[in-house]
Amino acid sequence: MSTSNRNERPTAGRKTIGQIMDENGVGRRRFLKYCAGITALMAMPPGMTAAFAQQLRAARRPTVIYMPFQECTGCLESLTRSFAPSLESLIFDTISLDYNHTLQAASGHAAEEARHEAMKEAWGEYILICDGSIPTKLNGIYGASAGHSFVDQLHEAAEGAAAIVAVGVCAAYGGVGAAYPNPTGAVGVSDIIKNKPIINVPGCPPIPEVMTGTLVSYLASGVPDLDHLLRPKAFFGNTIHDRCYRRRFYDLGKFAKSFDDEGARNGWCLYELGCRGPTTYNACATIKWNGGTSWPVEAGHGCLGCSEPEFWDQGGFYEPVTSKLFKDSGQIAAGAAAGVAVGAAAALAANRRKKKLSGQADKEASS
Amino acid sequence: MTILEFSRGPMLHFALIVFVFGVLWRLVSVVLLGWRKSRAENRVSPGKAAVGGVVATGNRSWPHPEFLDRTAFGEAVGYGYHIGLFAIVLVGAPHVAFWKNLFGINAAWWPTIPSGIISVISVVTIFLMFIATVRRFMHPVLRRISNFDDWFTLAILYAVMVSGVMAVFGIGGRYELVLAAHIISFNVLLIWFPFGKLMHAFYIFPSRFITGYKHEKKGAAS
Repeated sequence: MSTSNRNERPTAGRKTIGQIMDENGVGRRRFLKYCAGITALMAMPPGMTAAFAQQLRAARRPTVIYMPFQECTGCLESLTRSFAPSLESLIFDTISLDYNHTLQAASGHAAEEARHEAMKEAWGEYILICDGSIPTKLNGIYGASAGHSFVDQLHEAAEGAAAIVAVGVCAAYGGVGAAYPNPTGAVGVSDIIKNKPIINVPGCPPIPEVMTGTLVSYLASGVPDLDHLLRPKAFFGNTIHDRCYRRRFYDLGKFAKSFDDEGARNGWCLYELGCRGPTTYNACATIKWNGGTSWPVEAGHGCLGCSEPEFWDQGGFYEPVTSKLFKDSGQIAAGAAAGVAVGAAAALAANRRKKKLSGQADKEASS
Repeated sequence: MTILEFSRGPMLHFALIVFVFGVLWRLVSVVLLGWRKSRAENRVSPGKAAVGGVVATGNRSWPHPEFLDRTAFGEAVGYGYHIGLFAIVLVGAPHVAFWKNLFGINAAWWPTIPSGIISVISVVTIFLMFIATVRRFMHPVLRRISNFDDWFTLAILYAVMVSGVMAVFGIGGRYELVLAAHIISFNVLLIWFPFGKLMHAFYIFPSRFITGYKHEKKGAAS
């Protein structure tokens, strides 16, 4: 979806992000630095920054409806810790966050009314951010708000959205709520909504800059390049393992065997301790967390693979990515016993046949 | 369920059950078959015959001097890729982690060697396997005695090896899919193992030992 298409919508009379920045005294240099930060996060070539800045300046400040479903608020907690862009600059300069349970002052009927008003005003143009999985069992009775099930609320809000951004692994794929045995029938947004552009920003929680970067990128140039799981390739194009600073120890065959051995103290690879970096696509190793301070593997713990579907049900978190995913309750032993029995029976039958044949041969020889 | 989950979960479980069942079936049926009654007079004690068995196991694992010129190349290639396979499977770090998890052991002493070396060994092993395959195809006798069992076993081995190398070098698509292909081909190998010529892994040394033991007992050279 191009910026020009969005500008043709009924709310095209709104101020552009550039106008808002000018009004707030945000200078050209600062704005370009901001854009350079975003393009660098998305691994765009430096030459793209000017074009990106131009597109972002021209974009209308969109209405954003943030719908929390079956969630823990961890994703929002993470979002509030974004440093480039910061949450303040995002919600005051770049977007108009018109509904969010946790951040808004209004509550109850007033909050719902505000949401409906905002949706009506920007119908067909607003960005819907979803957080948390959607329970579907028993007609979605496991999750409801303001007298409506989450499933109904999602359908209603999605209908007027220009695009949906599913933040967190729960909104993207069902996540923790969908973990075995998935008592609520939890699913991700893309399992329910099929007729809208959906961008998944998974993680438990997602990296704050990945969430804000995806939003800003969408404003500037529409839906970014997505992988087969609808994740922006700019952030989810490489595995953790490929970008990990401990990778050289993997290549050297140096592995920590426990969390307090010499290998762990020397920063060796955590593969044998269950790191899921090889099968996890995310930007933790490059963008890191808390303003680029550190990330789980740097802190000494293996990757949990939280940006992948069904990450909760991939075996123990402390078992390697090639470990078995079954619990044998005697089937292999039963197979062994059956093998011995069949082998013994085969040998018995062969011996009998041998005896019979040799008896016949003796008879023939004597006659 | 993703394809990787399937390969590490129900398929691996099924393959292990079939493998254990099949291997024990084949081994027990041979062991309980019994030996033909020896009508020759015993020339040595059972202990000395056992030594003869061990010697024969060693001797027969080496080209006979008389045929060295004709067989050395084939044996060298065969030994080369067998040693390569053992090195990859037994001291390649991801495989060691797999075995430890499968057998539920800690075994911190189990050594691994750098993945760079394993990568080189893998490529050399595939090359040697290719030479062995070409030789099997070109050699008039080998070609005549080869059947479906040989070609199918080779095909599975290639699948396991090539997918493993692709996973390590990050080629052929997303890592988890290539890894799943690698584990699936290994599972197929486990299932096929007891029913094809791969059973030589279990038979080869006991059969050489017993041949040597019986010869020694009769006083015959082995």
